[in-house]
Amino acid sequence: MKFSIYRFNPEKDEKPYMQDFDVTLQPTDRMLLDAILRIKAMDDSLGLRKSCREGVCGSDGMNINGKNGLACITALKDLKEPVVLRPLPGLPVIRDLIVDMSQFFKQYHSVKPYLITETPPPQKERLQSPEDREELNGLYECVLCACCSTSCPSFWWNPDKFVGPAGLLQAYRFIADTRDEATSERLDNLEDPYRLFRCHTIMNCADVCPKGLNPTEAIGKIKEQMVKRMV
Amino acid sequence: MALPKQTFDAVIVGGGGSGLRAALQLSEAGHHVAVFSKVFPTRSHTVAAQGGIGASLGNMQEDHWLWHMYDTIKGSDYLGDQDAIEFMCRKAAEVVYELEHFGMPFDRNADGTIYQRPFGGHSQNFGERPVQRACAAADRTGHAMLHTLYQRNVRARCQFFVEWMALDLIRDHEGAVVGLIALEMETGQVVIFQTKSVILATGGAGRIFQSSTNAFINTGDGLGIAARAGIPLEDMEFWQFHPTGVAGAGVLITEGVRGEGGILLNAQGERFMERYAPTMKDLASRDVVSRAMDQEIKEGRGVGHEKDHVLLKLDHLGAEVIQKRLPGIREIALKFANVDPIREPIPVVPTCHYQMGGIPTNYYGQVVVPRGDNPAEPVPGLYAIGECACVSVHGANRLGTNSLLDLLVFGKSAGDHLSQWLKGNPQQRDLPKDAADRTLARLDRLNQATTGENVAEVGLDMRRAVQQHAGVFRTGQLLSEGIDKIRVIAERARHTAIQDKSQVFNTARIEALELENLVIVAEATLVSAEARTESRGAQARDDFKERDDRNWLKHSLWSMEGSRLHYKPVNLQPLTVESFEPKVRVY
Ligand SMILES: Cc1cc2nc3c(=O)[nH]c(=O)nc-3n(C[C@H](O)[C@H](O)[C@H](O)COP(=O)(O)OP(=O)(O)OC[C@H]3O[C@@H](n4cnc5c(N)ncnc54)[C@H](O)[C@@H]3O)c2cc1C
Ligand code: SF4
Ligand code: SF4
Ligand code: FES
Repeated sequence: MKFSIYRFNPEKDEKPYMQDFDVTLQPTDRMLLDAILRIKAMDDSLGLRKSCREGVCGSDGMNINGKNGLACITALKDLKEPVVLRPLPGLPVIRDLIVDMSQFFKQYHSVKPYLITETPPPQKERLQSPEDREELNGLYECVLCACCSTSCPSFWWNPDKFVGPAGLLQAYRFIADTRDEATSERLDNLEDPYRLFRCHTIMNCADVCPKGLNPTEAIGKIKEQMVKRMV
Repeated sequence: MALPKQTFDAVIVGGGGSGLRAALQLSEAGHHVAVFSKVFPTRSHTVAAQGGIGASLGNMQEDHWLWHMYDTIKGSDYLGDQDAIEFMCRKAAEVVYELEHFGMPFDRNADGTIYQRPFGGHSQNFGERPVQRACAAADRTGHAMLHTLYQRNVRARCQFFVEWMALDLIRDHEGAVVGLIALEMETGQVVIFQTKSVILATGGAGRIFQSSTNAFINTGDGLGIAARAGIPLEDMEFWQFHPTGVAGAGVLITEGVRGEGGILLNAQGERFMERYAPTMKDLASRDVVSRAMDQEIKEGRGVGHEKDHVLLKLDHLGAEVIQKRLPGIREIALKFANVDPIREPIPVVPTCHYQMGGIPTNYYGQVVVPRGDNPAEPVPGLYAIGECACVSVHGANRLGTNSLLDLLVFGKSAGDHLSQWLKGNPQQRDLPKDAADRTLARLDRLNQATTGENVAEVGLDMRRAVQQHAGVFRTGQLLSEGIDKIRVIAERARHTAIQDKSQVFNTARIEALELENLVIVAEATLVSAEARTESRGAQARDDFKERDDRNWLKHSLWSMEGSRLHYKPVNLQPLTVESFEPKVRVY
C-alpha cells in the first residue's frame, strides 16, 4: 500500500517535505496505525505518538487524506491511495507527525475543567437522577485528541484567544452537570468576543470527531444559556 | 558530564490513576511534587478500563466489605495478603464517594445513587450468589475516572512533566532513594531530579505478551527501574489472562458484558461455563473462565476456521441495554471484530491483561525488601502503587474492578503516608557523585552503536517467546525452554542499534529503552513460573495440577542480580477480623 508522509526533523531539515513509502501489509493489518508501524519498522526515525491502539487515549490524531482522525481506529480499507498523512494542522510541528499541543491544553485548562461546588459534599455520593446524568453523555467521552480544534478555522486564526471546540465541549460538560455550582462564573469566563463567539458554526469539528461527539451542539447550548440569563 | 538538576520533595513516576490519586493527596497537603509521564496523563492506560470500580456500597442489594474481602481472598487463591485486602475493602466506599465528589460521571439508579453492575467473582454472603458491586460509568469507567482525577489535579495546580521518561533511581550508600534520572522526549535532554522520595506508578507490563489488552506504553519501566536499583520483584509468575479479548486484535471486551447478562458459547452453541462453574457460571473468576475456554478450544469445540476462539453472545440483552450500558463495547466490536453485538456474537479468546506481581510494598505503598530477619523492611523514600506494585491484594488472580479500586486506595494511602514521612525527613540527602554514570553509559551505548540488533525484531521475538512459553497452561519443560530463549533475547536487547540518533522526540530511542525494561520483566516471569511447581490462580501447570499450600503458600521474590529467587510468607492475618483459611476454590 502506498503512503505519502510529512517529514520534518528540526535538527536536519531546513523545511518539511513529503516522503513516499510503499509497504507490504499483512492480513492482520486492519487499521492505519498497523500500517504506520510497518513503515516505522523500516524507518525508525518516523515520529508519531501512539498508545492505546483502540481509540480511547487520543494520542494518534493526525491529518489523514485531508481529514483529521485517529490512526488506530481508521480502517485501511476505507482509505484512498496514496494515503497522505500530515500532522494536525494549525499547531507547531515538533517533528514529523508530532505537534506541540501546549496551546490546545492551555485552552482546555482555561475553562476550569473540574467540578466546582460550594456546598459541602454529603457523607455518601451526591445524588443525581439518571435523566440529569444523561445530559453528560456526548460530552464526558472526549479523549482530547484535538482533531476538532485543529480542523476549526477560527482556532487556526486565534489559538490563543478562541477556546476552540474541544475546550468548549468540556466547558459545557460542567455547565450541564447538575452537581456543579459555578454555571454563572463559567458563563462569565466565556462572555468575550473571542473565547466563545469566534465560533461561526462551520461544523468542521463535529464532522471530524472520531468519537462521534458534537462540539457545535454544545457550543450552541452555551450560547443559549447566555441568552437566557440576559433576559 | 554535568547534568542539569532540579529539586523536589516528591517525584511521582506515572500519571495514570494511581499516580494522579497520590499526586492529589500530596499537592493538596502542600508539598512540592512533580509528576512524570511518558504521555499526557489522560492518555495513560487507566483510560482504557471499562467495567467498574469495586466497592460494597450496597446500592443495588445488601453488601458488606467483609464479603468483598472474602471474595478478594478467594479470588487471589489465598496468595493475597489479608491485612492489605482488609485495608482496601474497608476503604473502598470512602474512595469511591470521594471520586464522585471530585466530579466522576457515574451512571445512576432511579434514586440518584451510583449504579453498580455484577462482575466476576463478586458475591453476596461469602459466595452464595452474584452481587452488583462494580461502580460504573457506562463501559468507560477508566476514562471517566482518569479524566476526573486529572481535572482535580489541574485544580490543585500539580506540576506535570509530560512526555518525560524516567530512566533510573538514584540511591545513596545507605540505600535511601535520593533522586531520579529522566529524559525529556521533546529535547532529548537528560536531567537529574534530586528528591526526598519517589513514588513509582508506572502501570503494567502486559506488552511482554504477544496478545495483550495493554497499550504500547505498558512496558514495565517501573519494574526495570526497581530491578536495576536492586529491588526484587514479587510474584511475577502471575499474569491474568482476561477471558474476552477480541480474537486477533487483543482489544478488551469488559467482563461487564457478562455482568449485564452476556454468555460464552462454544462451537456447539453450548453455554459451557455451566459445566465448569455451576453457581457463578460465566461470572466465575477470570482464571477459571480463561482455563475453561482454553480447554474447550483444546478439545476441538472452538469456533471459526481455525477453531481457535469462542463466542460472546449479548444480543439477547436488547439494543437498548447495549446502547445505554455498553456503548463502547459496541464501538469496539464494530471496529475490531466487524460484528454488531446487537445482532451477532463477538469472537473472543483469553488475552494477557494484568500483572498481579510487581514491586513489593506494604499497604502504605512503601517499597519493602527482605533485610536480615525482616522479610519486609521499607526502603527509605521509595513507594510504589498501582499495577506496577505488589501489595499484595490480588495474589495469584485479581478480581475485576479491584484494580481501579487499588489505584484509588493505595494512591491515597501512599500520598498520606509520604506526606507524614516528609515531615519527619525534611532534609534532602546528598546525591552520590557517580549518580548518573550507569544510566549515561546505557544512553551512550545507544548513541554510539551503528550496527546491532533491530529493536522491533527483538521485541517481537520476546513477545512470541513469552506467549508460547508462559501462556494459560504451562509445564516445567515449556518454561525452562522459555528461560533459555529469553536469556538469548535479553543478550540481544543489550546489543540493539537504532538508526535515528537525533535528540528531538526520538521515539526509536524510547522504544529501545523500553525494550530493556520489558526483557527484565519477561525473565522474572519465566524464572518465577518455572520454580513454582504448583497450580494457583493464574499459574496453571499441567505437570503440577494442584495447589500446594504446604510448599507454596508464599510469595516469590526475583532479584535481577544473578536472576535469583527467594520467598517470603503470605500474610494470613487481617487487621481486625479473623483470618480466612485457605480452602478449595469452587465457583
Ligand atoms: C482494557 C483494560 C480494561 C480494564 N478494565 C478494568 C476495570 O474495569 N476495572 C478495574 O478495576 N481494572 C481494569 N483494568 C486494569 C486497570 O485499568 C489497570 O490495572 C490500571 O488502570 C493501571 O493503573 P496505573 O495507575 O497503575 O497505571 P497506568 O494507568 O498504566 O499509568 C502508568 C503511567 O506511568 C507512566 N509511565 C510509565 N513508565 C514511565 C516512565 N519510564 N517514565 C515516566 N512515566 C512512565 C505512563 O506514562 C502512565 O502515565 C483494565 C485494564 C485494561 C488494559
Ligand atoms: S462549529 Fe465552531 S468550533 Fe466547530 S469548527 Fe466551526 S467554528 Fe470551529
Ligand atoms: S471533541 Fe472529539 S475531536 Fe475534539 S478533542 Fe474531543 S474527542 Fe477529539
Ligand atoms: S493510540 Fe490511543 S487513540 Fe489511537
